[in-house]
Amino acid sequence: MEHITKRFPGVLASDDISISVGEGEVLALVGENGAGKTTLMNILMGLYQSDEGRILINDREVHFRGPEDAFRAGLGMVHQTYMLVHNMTVLENVALGYKNAWKHVRVDLDAVRTRIEEISTRYGLSVNPDAYVWQLSVGEQQRVELVKTLCLGARFLILDEPTSALTPQETDELIALLKNMTKELSIIFISHKLQEVKALSSKVTILRHGKVVFSGNTDDYSSQEIAAKMTGHEIVLPKNRASMPDGEEALGIDGITVMSDMGTKALDNFSLSVRSGEIVGLAGVSGNGQRELAEAINGLRPVESGRIVLLGKEIQNRSAHDVIQAGMGYIPEERNTEGIVPSFSIMENLALKDITTEKFSSHGIVKKDEEEKNAIRLVEGFDIRCPGIATAAGTLSGGNIQKVILAREIDRKPEFLVAVYPTRGLDMGAVEFIHQRLLAIRESGIGILLISEELDEIMNLSDRIAVIYKGSVQKILNRDEATKERLGILMAGVKEE
Amino acid sequence: MTRGFRIAFRAAIILIAIVAAVVFASAILWLIGADASRTFYIICIEPLTKMLHISEVLIRAIPLCIIALGISAAYRSGIINIGAEGQMAMGLLAFTGVALAFPDLPRPLLLPLALIASMIGGGIWGYIPGILRAKLNVSELLSTVMLNYIAAQFYSLCLRTIFLDPNERIDGTGNPQSMRFTENVWLDRITGRLHYGIIIAIVLAVLIYVLLWKTTVGFRMRASGSGARAARYAGISVGFYAALSMAISGAFAGLAGGVELAGVHRRAIEGITNNYGFSGVVVALFGGLHPAGIIPASFFFGLMIYGATLAPSKVGVPANIVQVMQGIIIIVIVTAQMVLSNTYFQDRVWRRYQRIMKKEA
Amino acid sequence: MVDIVVNMLSMCIPFSVALLLASIGEMFNQRAGVFNLGCEGVMAMGAFIGMLIPFAAGGGGPVSQWYNFLGFAAAAAVGALLGLIFGVITVTFRAPQGIAGIGLQMFGVGAAGTLFRHFVGGTQSIPGIPDIDIPLLSKIPLIGDIFFSHNVMAYLAYLFIPVAMYILFKTPWGLRVRAAGTNPRAADSMGINVNRTRYEALMLGSALAGLAGAYLSIAQAKLFSDSLISGRGFIAVALVYFGHWHPLKVMGGALLFTFAQTFQTVVQSMGISFPYELAVMLPYVLVIVVLSFTSKDQRMAPTALGQPFNREIRT
Repeated sequence: MEHITKRFPGVLASDDISISVGEGEVLALVGENGAGKTTLMNILMGLYQSDEGRILINDREVHFRGPEDAFRAGLGMVHQTYMLVHNMTVLENVALGYKNAWKHVRVDLDAVRTRIEEISTRYGLSVNPDAYVWQLSVGEQQRVELVKTLCLGARFLILDEPTSALTPQETDELIALLKNMTKELSIIFISHKLQEVKALSSKVTILRHGKVVFSGNTDDYSSQEIAAKMTGHEIVLPKNRASMPDGEEALGIDGITVMSDMGTKALDNFSLSVRSGEIVGLAGVSGNGQRELAEAINGLRPVESGRIVLLGKEIQNRSAHDVIQAGMGYIPEERNTEGIVPSFSIMENLALKDITTEKFSSHGIVKKDEEEKNAIRLVEGFDIRCPGIATAAGTLSGGNIQKVILAREIDRKPEFLVAVYPTRGLDMGAVEFIHQRLLAIRESGIGILLISEELDEIMNLSDRIAVIYKGSVQKILNRDEATKERLGILMAGVKEE
Repeated sequence: MTRGFRIAFRAAIILIAIVAAVVFASAILWLIGADASRTFYIICIEPLTKMLHISEVLIRAIPLCIIALGISAAYRSGIINIGAEGQMAMGLLAFTGVALAFPDLPRPLLLPLALIASMIGGGIWGYIPGILRAKLNVSELLSTVMLNYIAAQFYSLCLRTIFLDPNERIDGTGNPQSMRFTENVWLDRITGRLHYGIIIAIVLAVLIYVLLWKTTVGFRMRASGSGARAARYAGISVGFYAALSMAISGAFAGLAGGVELAGVHRRAIEGITNNYGFSGVVVALFGGLHPAGIIPASFFFGLMIYGATLAPSKVGVPANIVQVMQGIIIIVIVTAQMVLSNTYFQDRVWRRYQRIMKKEA
Repeated sequence: MVDIVVNMLSMCIPFSVALLLASIGEMFNQRAGVFNLGCEGVMAMGAFIGMLIPFAAGGGGPVSQWYNFLGFAAAAAVGALLGLIFGVITVTFRAPQGIAGIGLQMFGVGAAGTLFRHFVGGTQSIPGIPDIDIPLLSKIPLIGDIFFSHNVMAYLAYLFIPVAMYILFKTPWGLRVRAAGTNPRAADSMGINVNRTRYEALMLGSALAGLAGAYLSIAQAKLFSDSLISGRGFIAVALVYFGHWHPLKVMGGALLFTFAQTFQTVVQSMGISFPYELAVMLPYVLVIVVLSFTSKDQRMAPTALGQPFNREIRT
């Protein structure tokens, strides 16, 4: 790929990028979130059209108008969010792309089945062709994605953060599998996890803000060197070095059971306790009940059995309103849809939770000037970059939206804070800011439950670390007992002796 | 992107939208061999030429305005009320019930009582789909339509039975209608048939504005409408506000019916709802879901609805053409809104424009 | 008593055809991810066009059967055209489907009424299409009347159910439709043109709605009037939810609702003094009840229903 440029409104997603991959090579494409890795690969697959630049395969220029052209050229991509149709079987999902089986009025599902079996045995990837996708676990879905891509005849594989939903152990298996495949395939591997990059790739290219900032052979550089080039500036994230807090219990969760949307038990007899002035990190592969836990604590999901106690008051099965009134602060997972009302102004979003209080209204009439004063103060205090307080919050960048949410939640002076994936998808500057703030809240004696999938974040900030697996706490470690390896084993569901 | 370009872009899209609407309507007129420009003249200009016509336009604008205000409140709360037709019918029934039950109460008591009854009738009919949506996730689009048909049947059932004029029973013309109401439930008239309902409509517009933009209830209604999930996470009971907004919306539609009875018909007859419920959706959208837009929009659609009644005799175009035009207008509005809010498209046009400018320079 | 029941059941099949065709059409729309609330309007246009052609050919008198079938064909074509227009609005311009559907409904009902007044004038009846007694089978007592003595369109409509199932579950096109309506991003990544698929489904679905309208005017009522459709388009949309997007369950729904509609006829024929209006209300009440208690299981649902697809907007 040479000189690829792609613009989105207000963003230059790819700026004159050139990369190359030889046969049998593994190129690692690394960079922070939002550096433009996925956009670049979508251009390669013909999903986006680049504004400038060209793509060469075996020195011949190609034009992909859509993914079909890319498949024909032998390219295949496993997307970060799996591209599977949940109400169809594995077989049908493969058939969707396997045009050889498309007869005029019939899909030759037997031919697809034969093809799947052939690929499964060749690469040692077993899948059940007749299962519906919604029945499969995340790991199984990923295997289906790989099988699907290989069935379509990919000789050149693009993997977009394939390990983000896997445990460290599953990750190792995948890497071994992929290494085995490099005998036959070329691979582009998108990641921001450096161990994987070191383990798998032969070449590495680093993107930052849509530009290539570095290219070289992986073996010539250490992880530290690559990391430094990735962030571009030396940011040392703050660490929690304070001694163990000995405050009272702030949040006590006592044996709760909560159902998921699918009607299965998302939390099964889950217990955890957080003291005032303590950060407890909840580590785990996403999808093990974290979302349901946060929702249950915040009155957004019914609790079947068990108790949740906030500062001596039972709050399970109370309305979200009651929980907020009891002093709960919440940084939800989906900042765009759960944290803010996108079409509301920054000013309105900052008052969202407290509009009925004395502060912002009297006798049901909103005090507009108080809203404004509050917004001006917080925009300054939290360094929210925006054209003005009347700007629709949804038009801000992810980092600034998160600052709006953080400002609102902190300024309400909560008694406790639940933070779910608070830095997901943010650049390092914003991460640093948010980490500092979280530690400052802790200093002021407020307990925090930090739910995250970034082990670094959890290990940097937490006083104690709990590992969640299939809806239960696997083990709770003190900060100094925790290592990545140990957490990884626990996250995979292996019980320690 | 310059400010000038943004304004020009908006203006161009709106212009294209208007042209598209006119072209589509003309196509239908061409199909029936009518003179399109003369038809537009008859529908949109002719009614403005005589005072009598203008007052007739205003009479139609009053229920449209009241209904559209209610619909806009619901729409802002994230729920599309296309059941105003049925809610209005229930308002008519409640008004008629009170008016016939207490004909001798003094007017300062009876008129407000009957109007409040019409609000309650419509409000209940609006609350049903609201609560069904909140509790059982039933699409309000479907439930309100069904309730329209149910209300229409119920209305004619009542007209034929309990509300039927006793004189009609003896020497009936075959038209089911109620007895004429006593003057104690009449709204006075200003000129011609134009009645003081127009004041009610304007007061309600102010009320809706205050409710939506100045009160905490309105704040929470709008939050539920623009970001239901975030509102729920902020402790706002989204379902409650959806149901409340539907009850308000229904009450407005019911009141529109009450005002219509008190000011214009003064007895319950068939056909009072006159498709106002559906037209109200168009008026609300056309008015930008804001009272300041809905007032002129309701005048404009009152004009079209009245103008269309002139069309059959003057240009041989059936009055149904107004429904065709309303359909086209809805479609054109929502389409144009999507184009206007599409920043990608705007960006692309801007770059093409820059390229052209560069070439010329 | 037996007579009345047989009579009622024998009305069920022919009277259910319009609902059946319209809801199967709507099912294709929704399977592809488009919620077409304009079904009512498409049916009105189909009913008008379908009636116009045999009327114009025979002036209300007897005409060759071919004109009736030309009427059906024209209704399907007009339906497809309206589907195409709805596609431009909701697929290409990505307008919100609910409110755009209301626009299409008003346009269709209004245009049918306008054109009807111009080309036909007042209430005019047409001869319609005759019932065909299937040899031997129609002679079976009870069963024969209920199942085997209907018009040819009724047979065809029911024969279309297995065809629709085959299309949806066995053909490449059906695969594309289901993928486009459930996970358009995935479909796109597999090289499927999501928008084109949605256009195609809209055109097929709306053609079926047009046919459904024509069935009402040509085969069932044998006339056109403003109140001919009276909410059947909306009921058809509700039936798709009720039937969980599966042709067989949708068919079951269509039969159930027709049964409710024929209730008024039974009441009348039994001479019970039951207000006519209440009987007419029954199917509408039933829709609300059914929608309230239909399971909201999302596992097999087209989860992208109502969401416009835009490749370049990342979620």
